Amino acid sequence: MASASPLIRLEGLSVSFDGVRVLHGVDLDIGRGGTLGLVGESGSGKSVTWLAALGLLPGKARIEGRALLDGEDLIAASDRRLDAVRGGRIAMIFQDPASALNPVLTIRRQIGEALALHRGLSGRAVGAEAKRLLDLVGIPDAERRLSAYPHEFSGGQNQRVMIAMALAGQPDLLVADEPTTALDVTIQAQILDLLDSVRRETGMALVLISHDLGVVSQTCDRVAVMYAGRIVEEGPSSRLFADPAHPYTRGLIGALPPLDGSRRRLVSIAGTVPDPRDPPPGCAFAPRCLHSDRRCTGDVPQIEPIEADRRMACVLAVHRRSEIAARAGREHTTAETVAP
Amino acid sequence: MLRFFSLRVFRALLTVTLVVTFAFVVLRMSADPALIILGPEAPPEVIAAFRKSWGLDEPIWVQYVDYVAAIFRGELGRSMRDGRPAIELVAERIPATLALTLPALALKIAIGIPAGIWASLHRGTFVDRTVMAAAVAGFTVPSFVLGLVLVLIFSVQLGWLPSGGQDTWIHAILPIVTMGVGGAAVLARFTRSAMLEVLGQPYMRTASAKGLPWARAIRDHALPNAAIPTVTIVGFMVGTLIAGAVVVESVFSWPGVGRLLVVAVSNRDLAVVQCILLLVAATMVLSNLMVDFLYGFLDPRLAAGARAGGH
Amino acid sequence: MTEPLVRVDDVARTYHSRRGLFGRAVEVAAVDGVSFTLGRGETLGIVGESGSGKSTTGRLVLGLEPSDRGTVAFDGAALPKGGTPDWRRLRARMQMIFQDPLGALDRRLPIGEQIREPLDIHDIGDTASRVARVADLLDRVGLTRNHGRRYPHELSGGQRQRAVLARALATTPDFLVCDEPISALDVSIQAQVVNLLVDLQAEFGLAMLFVSHDLRVVRQVSRRVAVMYLGRIVEEGSADDLFASPVHPYTRALVSAAPTPGRRLTDRIVLQGDPPDPADRPSGCAFHPRCPVAEARCRIETPRLVDVGGGRRAACLPVSGDATSTREAA
Repeated sequence: MASASPLIRLEGLSVSFDGVRVLHGVDLDIGRGGTLGLVGESGSGKSVTWLAALGLLPGKARIEGRALLDGEDLIAASDRRLDAVRGGRIAMIFQDPASALNPVLTIRRQIGEALALHRGLSGRAVGAEAKRLLDLVGIPDAERRLSAYPHEFSGGQNQRVMIAMALAGQPDLLVADEPTTALDVTIQAQILDLLDSVRRETGMALVLISHDLGVVSQTCDRVAVMYAGRIVEEGPSSRLFADPAHPYTRGLIGALPPLDGSRRRLVSIAGTVPDPRDPPPGCAFAPRCLHSDRRCTGDVPQIEPIEADRRMACVLAVHRRSEIAARAGREHTTAETVAP
Repeated sequence: MLRFFSLRVFRALLTVTLVVTFAFVVLRMSADPALIILGPEAPPEVIAAFRKSWGLDEPIWVQYVDYVAAIFRGELGRSMRDGRPAIELVAERIPATLALTLPALALKIAIGIPAGIWASLHRGTFVDRTVMAAAVAGFTVPSFVLGLVLVLIFSVQLGWLPSGGQDTWIHAILPIVTMGVGGAAVLARFTRSAMLEVLGQPYMRTASAKGLPWARAIRDHALPNAAIPTVTIVGFMVGTLIAGAVVVESVFSWPGVGRLLVVAVSNRDLAVVQCILLLVAATMVLSNLMVDFLYGFLDPRLAAGARAGGH
Repeated sequence: MTEPLVRVDDVARTYHSRRGLFGRAVEVAAVDGVSFTLGRGETLGIVGESGSGKSTTGRLVLGLEPSDRGTVAFDGAALPKGGTPDWRRLRARMQMIFQDPLGALDRRLPIGEQIREPLDIHDIGDTASRVARVADLLDRVGLTRNHGRRYPHELSGGQRQRAVLARALATTPDFLVCDEPISALDVSIQAQVVNLLVDLQAEFGLAMLFVSHDLRVVRQVSRRVAVMYLGRIVEEGSADDLFASPVHPYTRALVSAAPTPGRRLTDRIVLQGDPPDPADRPSGCAFHPRCPVAEARCRIETPRLVDVGGGRRAACLPVSGDATSTREAA
């Protein structure tokens, strides 16, 4: 939280649907050209956060808090103003590229719309720029493919088209919501590579939303972990993965089977994600947490700095972080090695 | 493409054949045309002569074979009542029917589709509930009831519009409205559900995420997709242009094809009934083909398959 | 050497599918000559991307789909034809679980009754022992008796998959096919189910065929792993070895593409292009259009799966050298 003027700053962003709160006051800064991974399981609020910030939630959603883009609050902004920002300064791509593109419109038309809206291009210039964008995202034979429809592309190519469309408005921030989840492993690698390279070339900031810790750490400098509508830990990805602080982050990393070295029994997190209609008192993770005690069921822990550039929301954070680490270390060494 | 259409045409012909056969059997078995046309008091030798001259004394399957053979020669037979070619009788009624059904179709589309779109865009609100309640009322009330209610209000009570006849275009207003209301209700419901389906699709969110104003997202992204299922219903309505006015024509004593059909059935005037049925079946089949063709235009996923014949 | 529990020899399955509404029928070789053996209590993992034929292989092995050629032998005898009474009897010893537990369960029955159902069908034990067995099974998969009285929609995704697992284990099978059993579950729940599978496998002495696109999970539960690409096994070996030192260029790319927390994108093998359409299989080695080490002959010759030393088999001409291919008739 160091930078003086972040590109975008979320302040106390909260969302409720029909009186049920699903997002509880998210605070987050993203600097110019920065990369943030947003990790969490389904229902953690990682997608809702950005849909809310961009006004893309259905009308019945109640949104509180602020989303400041260079100081301008998007939550309070008019529809017209939002339309100028969406696809312009902030672009977004989604999980299932095949259904995120309109099946009855050509690729040229769909990319062209963004070019006309945000770059004021028309006529021949649209075609030329759309072709350039398709070339940029690695669609072979771009000229001819412009007149094709989404069903004529593979899943990976459709996601490339989505990225081309997002780049059309020359955004300062790209929000990628599970961009590789629907894709095969080898195609996932291609798309992550592409996102990384266009980010480097254009200098735009990137928010990568994913349930996959590995995906996020490949592309992002910073990572925020969400649980039950709150950020529970945030920090530089190298340190967060090497030395996770929050018990939930530890659990997530422990739950991932290793690809090399000896096989250990997976550290599973017992129980299930709480129902937002019936949240547990205090820390939402407490019922599943190995380290919880009676303090955890009191007030909801606020997210606080635990060291320079790192934050965490855990009552035990300040006092007992070293103790948690020590205890968790013992768990690791005593866990039996699994031999199938 | 060719394969696809020849299959469709074959199915269409099969449909027509079944309709014609069914009508033939039912009409022939249910009553004796000679008795009905000549009356029960007619002398037996007159009835026998009538039967002989129309071939009614032959076994039914012979009559059927004769009938089908005649169709293949392009002869649709003559009316037993006045001896004129059935096709002529039917043809002279078609303009009167179209004078009702075409404006009614326009009314259905002009009210039903916008109402459905409007309701879908205000889902769950007072507007939506009102439109849908009206739509439910519109298609649950049978057209003869609606017709009679309209006559009661506008002809009997207010005296603004005539209750029957065909003298001026004013006479056409009530029958057109009667038909239009029911169809508009059906179309409104279909359009609404097609729109709701489309509005929930991820590409609508993509359209918003790229900064497209909502109204343009609806126009450019939602409507072309919602048009695909809606076309099916409109196509079905086009298919009923000829035969869809039977009830309304009877209520408003409008001398169209529908009235002719009712009279011909009660007279067991076979050639006329069969001729109308053939015409109805042909219209249905043609409108179905038209819908299939339109699909190719509206949905590139089908068109591509048709062009490439599979890759 | 004792006879393996499952011996699969050159099975194949071709689908005839129509492309689009108007298209001509095309032949899609989903599985094209797959062979492997599986000993008692052993787990073989099958990894591959969509269209690799990994799920179809699982179904062929159980006889849920007929194989166009080749044979499957179970416990030393040829697998009876699918749907026959003999085959049904054998199904008590071979079970399967799928990705979507909600689809596999009957929404109208409490899960306890569904776990009991296979006992009724195969007429195992009397009423009292069946009730006790259901309670025991629920306990083994980490559910309570109370869960047994609930309906599928009243359980979470992880609990449903546990219920499906309990039902599959009811008849004490020797062999379990798991098709992407945890892909639909959240990360924290995946670990619970993986641990459970590993425990049960050891406890029941189950032989397992574990089909998944997730390399990590496959490695965690399997002793041996086969990698499939476009209907064929391209590499097979012990799980530790294979992922530590993959020899087939496709396996190498898969392993290097698997994201690891805390590791940035660096010198990773990123394959170009999409996996080819199974209906339009490239000639020779099906992987050659995307292969970084493909040679001219890879376009013409189809590599066979051969021993490349260290208990590893691979189907790659540059890796295994000459004399291991079949030249395709032009």
